[in-house]
Amino acid sequence: MEALLASVRITVATMAICVAGYATAVWAVGQAITPETADGSLITRPDGTIIGSRLIAQPFSQPKYFWPRPSAVDYNAAGAGGSNKSPTSPDLTDRAREIVAAYRATPENPLPAELAAASGAGLDPHISERAALYQAARIAEARGLAEPEVEALVHRMAFAPGGFLTTDRIVNVLELNLALDGTGTPQQ
Amino acid sequence: MLIQPILFVVLIVGGTALISWPLGRYMTWAMDPQGAASGRPNAFTRLFQSIGGSVSARPQDWKRYMVSILAFNVVMFVVTFSILALQQYLPLNPDGKEALEGSLIFNTAASFTSNTNLQHYSGEVSLSYLSQLAGLMWLQFVSAATGIAALAALARGLAGRKLGNFFVDVQRASFLVLLPVAFIVAILLVVGGMPMTFNGAAVATTLEGVQQTIARGPVAAFVSIKQLGTNGGGFFGPNSTHPLENPSFWTNVVETVSIILIPMACVWMFGRIVGRMRHATVIFGVMLVLVLLRVAGGIWFESAPTQAFADLPIEQTTGNLEGKELRFGASAGPLWSVLTTSTSNGSVNAMHDSLNPLAGMMPMIGMWLNEDFGGVGVGMINMFLYIVVGVFIAGMMIGRTPEYLGWRVEAREVKFAILALLAHGLFILGGTAVFAATPWGADVLNNVGPHGFSEILYEFSSASANNGSGFEGLGDNTVPWNVATGIVMLLARFIPIILPLAIVGSLSAKRRSAESSGTLSVEGGTFATMLAATILVVGALTFFPAATLGPIAEHFIYMN
Repeated sequence: MEALLASVRITVATMAICVAGYATAVWAVGQAITPETADGSLITRPDGTIIGSRLIAQPFSQPKYFWPRPSAVDYNAAGAGGSNKSPTSPDLTDRAREIVAAYRATPENPLPAELAAASGAGLDPHISERAALYQAARIAEARGLAEPEVEALVHRMAFAPGGFLTTDRIVNVLELNLALDGTGTPQQ
Repeated sequence: MLIQPILFVVLIVGGTALISWPLGRYMTWAMDPQGAASGRPNAFTRLFQSIGGSVSARPQDWKRYMVSILAFNVVMFVVTFSILALQQYLPLNPDGKEALEGSLIFNTAASFTSNTNLQHYSGEVSLSYLSQLAGLMWLQFVSAATGIAALAALARGLAGRKLGNFFVDVQRASFLVLLPVAFIVAILLVVGGMPMTFNGAAVATTLEGVQQTIARGPVAAFVSIKQLGTNGGGFFGPNSTHPLENPSFWTNVVETVSIILIPMACVWMFGRIVGRMRHATVIFGVMLVLVLLRVAGGIWFESAPTQAFADLPIEQTTGNLEGKELRFGASAGPLWSVLTTSTSNGSVNAMHDSLNPLAGMMPMIGMWLNEDFGGVGVGMINMFLYIVVGVFIAGMMIGRTPEYLGWRVEAREVKFAILALLAHGLFILGGTAVFAATPWGADVLNNVGPHGFSEILYEFSSASANNGSGFEGLGDNTVPWNVATGIVMLLARFIPIILPLAIVGSLSAKRRSAESSGTLSVEGGTFATMLAATILVVGALTFFPAATLGPIAEHFIYMN
């Protein structure tokens, strides 16, 4: 009985300090020094409506936009998830076959692998620099731009996420598309 | 191409090992301020005694210490069960999350009480902010603190001292160890771009004009203690693959370091309290080698491209990217998958279900062994069980009475140790057998053939190792799964805490003898080899037949 009473007293103390105090302190620091990312890295239009989050992939299917990686949850940012398919699964082959067709990939011009592979949360905001360049011709045609112009934009916005510790440069699809529309400021 | 993965692993694992040394020293000060001296309790101890009340001022034998652990854990379970069950009536629910199903509440409360954090729900879909913080994040603190307290008591007992008082120890671990480290890591994460807001989901209209609801919340505070306390239960369903739970390469580095930091420091704390740092160094070395072997295996096997794309015009040069995020780099997924299962953490930054077959076996081996670093506190306790068995076998081989740190290890202690180790095998293999043979398992698989079997095997391994990761394709939010894994998690949590305490109680009732030239030294290469061999024979061979039916079969059938 004494043990239960002590447990209850410690419950009250840990709830007050490790939950209420701790969460409030982290929240206060976050809102004070990085309010924009602490609210979810949202991008808004001039009228205040939200376009999306820099960190969250959104669906793109029009030819004039860069396309993100496939999503097992159809880019549902309120219920994220991966395919959870084994890499040996024929289901993945079927899904990849449709994607290959959409990109009109050929053995001479194979598709970068991540454009056929869904990410863990289905919300990966990035594609590799190569995967963006792979789409440059389609976008240039749809927008009536010269292909080198689109390629230059990709090169300008691509970055190495871990500096010298990473080999592949990546680029944020939403930011790239905002830059194409001329409404966003290129980051990085 | 080879230099980056090696550099990445060396910097993360080596860097964490370096930080763990001073942290182990600090933890010893925090958990065991008086050391062997019996002076007046310090200010913190007096404060914790006054919070805990009169019962916390008295020294406890192993039985009282155990009863105190169980009493506190009953309260933990009941409080969180109540918060989850009543979340629809409680505040801090901006998105109007509704009532949860009964067996899911049981499973979730059991999961977080036992430091497992197996999740049969998806956080952003089902839980209010209050459930996340006061229900689950609270348990992430106090369940981890329970493990650290139990290790401190075990170490004191082996040092020939009184075990201490659980109610003081659990507060020391919560307030002096976990809280300051969690605060520092949470600030690093929030600066690294992680959300920390009490506002509900944001509704966006995308560039192509589609509505997208973006779940967010007080993520940074939650993720910090999730990583540090070998908890692993994510704020969002897909855990640290989610861009808001792991926004960049650098947050991924911080989170990866946080997985193994305190488990590593626990070994040093054990060595300091026992007063045998050379012995702790040998244990640390054995653990490190076992981890690095699996890391190397994981990265190697995962560099094979996605087999399903083999006949399509898709580049085959970047390894398997299904279930992975690009911002972390190529080796981050397999490294994390091994560390998170070595330590009973169970968070993920890549979907384990989508790892290549043998890369997916590395996390399973980690959960089967469950001691190379292991959960905070309890990992070192599991290692103690292997040490008892190893010392006993060595004693039999050289024909001397087995001794550990001057304590005579006899039939009673070895029986307890073997019982605890066998329970792990029984829960995993027994549970897998029942569910693989019945519709409970067979009807909820996301993959066919050997990979489907692996999903069941992984789930029970995760429950019994108190890990919490999963082959998440498994449709495990059903009543049979919720009840079965809930019971396994609770038994597998408390058996390996109670039995080691009983062993120490039994040892310390004997007369301690001085170590002589006839005693097997616990500080050299012979002991390290003996210990590693015991772990591999007792731990790994138990599960080898099951592995051949799952990942090994899948590898040889499907991979070129």
